[in-house]
Amino acid sequence: MIVASLAFYLFSAVAIISALNVIFQRNPVHSVLWLILTFFNAAGLFVLLGAEFVAMILVVVYVGAVAVLFLFVVMMLDINVAMMREGFMKYLPVGAFIGVVLFVELALVYGGWVMSPQAEALRLAPTPDLTQIPNTEALGRILYTQYVYVFQASGLVLLVAMIGSIVLTLRRRPGVRKQVISDQVNRSAKDTVEIVKVQTGKGIA
Amino acid sequence: MESGFLHVGLSHYLTVSAMMFTLGIFGIFLNRKNLIVIMMSIELMLLAVNINLVAFSSFLNDLAGQVFTMLVLTVAAAEAAIGLAIVVVFYRNRRSIEVEDINQMKG
Repeated sequence: MIVASLAFYLFSAVAIISALNVIFQRNPVHSVLWLILTFFNAAGLFVLLGAEFVAMILVVVYVGAVAVLFLFVVMMLDINVAMMREGFMKYLPVGAFIGVVLFVELALVYGGWVMSPQAEALRLAPTPDLTQIPNTEALGRILYTQYVYVFQASGLVLLVAMIGSIVLTLRRRPGVRKQVISDQVNRSAKDTVEIVKVQTGKGIA
Repeated sequence: MESGFLHVGLSHYLTVSAMMFTLGIFGIFLNRKNLIVIMMSIELMLLAVNINLVAFSSFLNDLAGQVFTMLVLTVAAAEAAIGLAIVVVFYRNRRSIEVEDINQMKG
């Protein structure tokens, strides 16, 4: 119990500090690396909460796919790092003001929140005994039955995102020589080779 | 709900997620010169939402929260893919990813 509490404080402190670093780093590449650390620590928090499957998905999807995608794009674009801080101090007061207001609002909402005694009966998918069924299996049992439409909808969202990003970034550049295999296959000898009888001493006109 | 330093309850997790959400908002306001850092701030906010969902799911013994966490993860991945594609196209056309330069939505 004490170990779990100390682990909570460790994970959450590192997560908050690395989230701060994501915002305040001068170099966007460093920001992405701090973002990866934030995701790892959030995954640690999820493990403490008993949601192992979501924690592993977080590491695989966020660190393995999204963060690497960010890293590729940050390195692909040639960004002037020195220009990055212009206007930083200009927006600091209004940003801090809105952040503080939002945090106070969230604290008020959470502070006044109590769970109604009737709420237990309203749960959509009560967690089964996790000593009998592991978390992943329990999730799978409701994901493919009760929430199958949500599952299909998220598949559609991913399909649309994939097609959309391909369509957005596809372009035809003029003047680029590319291999066209059908042209190569359809090329025949009589189109390209001409046999000329060359007379001695004359050459070809 | 008993409180103490070593008793970690729901409110502790909610506090962490509120701080992370606030940092995400803060990052959007501060980094006006770099669209990619703004997108990273949005990812931070989505992560805070996920922490909220998983914390409630764990403390209220309802697995539906974790299912919707996965939905949020999917949407976040899709959003990152499309957003970065838009950033790449914009950089190709304008040689810049500053927020001030994005004032027309054509070409």
